[in-house]
Amino acid sequence: MASGNFRTCPTTGFKIHIPAQTLIQTNAVTAIVFLLVGGILGLGMVLTRWQAVHLLNDEWFYRLLTLHGIAMLVAWIIFFEMAVLYFASAIVLSSRLAAPWAGWLQYVLMLGGAALTAVQILLGNADVMFTSYVPLQANHLYYLGIILFAVGAIVGCIVFFATLVVAKTEGTYKGSLPLVTFGAAAAAIIAIATLSHGAIVFIPTWLWAAGIIPMMDAEVYRLLFWGFGHSSQQINVCAMVSVWYLLGTLTVGAKPMNEKVCRTAFVFYILFINIASEHHLLTDPGLSAAHKTWNTGYFMHLAVLASMIHAFSIPGCIEVALRKKGYTRGAFEWLKKAPWGNPGFSALALSLFGFGFLGGITGVVYGTEQVNIIAHNNLRIPGHFHATVVAGTTLAFMGITYYVLPLIFRREVAFPGLAKLQPYIFGIAMYVVSVSMMFAGGFGVSRRSWDMNGVDGPFQVNFGPIVDMALAIMGIAGVVACIGGAMYCIIAVATLLIGKKIEA
Amino acid sequence: MSVTSPQPGWWNTPLHKEEKIWITIAFVWCILITLAMPAWHLFGTQNAASEYYKISTEDFGFLTDAFIEKYTVGEDSGVPVVAPPAGADIFLRGQQWGWDPVLKLKQGSTYRLHLSSVDVNHSMSLLPMNMNFKAVPGWDNVLTITPTSSGSFNLICNEFCGIGHHSMNGKIIVDS
Ligand code: HEM
Ligand SMILES: [Cu+2]
Ligand SMILES: [Cu+2]
Repeated sequence: MASGNFRTCPTTGFKIHIPAQTLIQTNAVTAIVFLLVGGILGLGMVLTRWQAVHLLNDEWFYRLLTLHGIAMLVAWIIFFEMAVLYFASAIVLSSRLAAPWAGWLQYVLMLGGAALTAVQILLGNADVMFTSYVPLQANHLYYLGIILFAVGAIVGCIVFFATLVVAKTEGTYKGSLPLVTFGAAAAAIIAIATLSHGAIVFIPTWLWAAGIIPMMDAEVYRLLFWGFGHSSQQINVCAMVSVWYLLGTLTVGAKPMNEKVCRTAFVFYILFINIASEHHLLTDPGLSAAHKTWNTGYFMHLAVLASMIHAFSIPGCIEVALRKKGYTRGAFEWLKKAPWGNPGFSALALSLFGFGFLGGITGVVYGTEQVNIIAHNNLRIPGHFHATVVAGTTLAFMGITYYVLPLIFRREVAFPGLAKLQPYIFGIAMYVVSVSMMFAGGFGVSRRSWDMNGVDGPFQVNFGPIVDMALAIMGIAGVVACIGGAMYCIIAVATLLIGKKIEA
Repeated sequence: MSVTSPQPGWWNTPLHKEEKIWITIAFVWCILITLAMPAWHLFGTQNAASEYYKISTEDFGFLTDAFIEKYTVGEDSGVPVVAPPAGADIFLRGQQWGWDPVLKLKQGSTYRLHLSSVDVNHSMSLLPMNMNFKAVPGWDNVLTITPTSSGSFNLICNEFCGIGHHSMNGKIIVDS
């Protein structure tokens, strides 16, 4: 390899492969653009669900809700994960990225796919929500876009694994993989497995929409869709947990307490969590109770064990690191003296709490057979996943961005004062959004509904003032969360445009 | 560091006492909630449905129409009201965008409710109880129900079923 293709990072000492760096930059910037788009749509969502405001009309609410789901859960998260995969392989291992051209193939396929899907939604050809349950039908190009996107993501995972092989054979590291890379590998394994499974769902659906084959049974679709749709959320969990360990190291120099325990927990994710997907089907016909309880009970709880292990091990390694710095008075001096003003650290802490307590616990509770009867498809569900995938994953990714900007983009973070506040504003507002959604859902307010009072329907439905209040709180907190998200986008863009260059 | 390779021999590093205690607690808890799932099903009285049949949407529509014809007692906001006898097989049809018929039931009597859809996925949400069950085209979701309180209850749809989704509602009346 020409050494001209590498630079050495002055702060971390990593040898950075320039093509890998460019790919990380491109994927991360694209992710942030989707976050911006999705965030603007999120504003439209909360301001419509807050019935006193009722901003959008019904048609555009449903259309943009479909786009919000795709832009956020699919595009923002997965583009960012591609950046994480390239970082955890090429950068962390000081290796060259295997086949940068394949990295660009990943990028072009994902971008093209996302654009195709988004355009179909905006044209009004795909008012089906991201779940696209048959027999609701979108234009076949919508499904094609999703398929291209998934193929792109699989290519990215292959580049990741090829880079691990390159690093091993070229001897850029000694011994076992670092934990962050190990966790990313778990994410990539789950990604390849689940995205290929996604093909089993989307290719026949695409052919059906194109008029080539008959429709899949509606319940079979739901089973296959969630077999992929739920399991693929474990990509996010693994990527997020890896980012947590990475943030622990970057912010306070934390060192995993016991490598064996942390790694075994990642392996548990691969082995077990894929099999909890039937908690989406608990009130469905077509599966026996024994089948449902087995799927959502035994296997899910071993994966929960993995999360419980990380939930101990991450705060634990931070405590150890801070005590080593001399904060040893009493039980909690380390916590008081933790770098709360460092946005990487506060994002880590808020993400950990939001994911674990608000998201994790509600997930386990709503996923039981009987409780699901009173949770299925009401606002409790978006309340749950805005805690996991927004307050958890999204916030963790925001936190790591504050390190990626100087390390990979070689710019000092612009507006450091704003950056200090950003995780608090976004994270705490998102907690409130989640909890108020769960609260309103407790009264039976439906998810994905433009109007809860039965307008245009035969009967009127009244929820009472307490629900109006919950939705108002959700609305206000949602606006604050959008401001927090906008702060993040502004800081990132300003850093790229006007941030002080760091010379290496 | 999580970004450097672990020390050789990391696999044999013993666990700290606190870690052992935590993992034990977590493991025991996971086993307990795992056992709680079947236990709750066996000893609880309110379970998700596990009786279901495949049925074509035409047949389900046909059965619902026959059911409505047999037991209609009136009309409410354009939706037929039916009063089936206790113990009967009763039908609730999800359709873009409404639940029909309006069911008039007796408190304390038991019914076999057949829930399905004749077009896309819907989901029946009974308010204010907030109980939710899926109506999937091609599948008869059979719920054995016994109303325990009387009054008029709203049904809404909480699965997205097209642009009129929010307008899809219905009613169950329970006489004491
Ligand atoms: C920026 C602040 C955000 C706000 C204010 C917001 C708000 C909302 C609201 C009000 C809904 C509609 C709930 C319903 O009626 O069912 C929604 C749905 C959703 N949101 Fe967000 N959201 C935000 C960010 C995010 C992010 C970052 C993600 C993913 C990483 C995300 C993923 C989703 C998904 C998957 C849905 C469900 C779409 C569906 O039901 O098909 N949101 N959001
Ligand atoms: Cu419906
Ligand atoms: Cu609906």
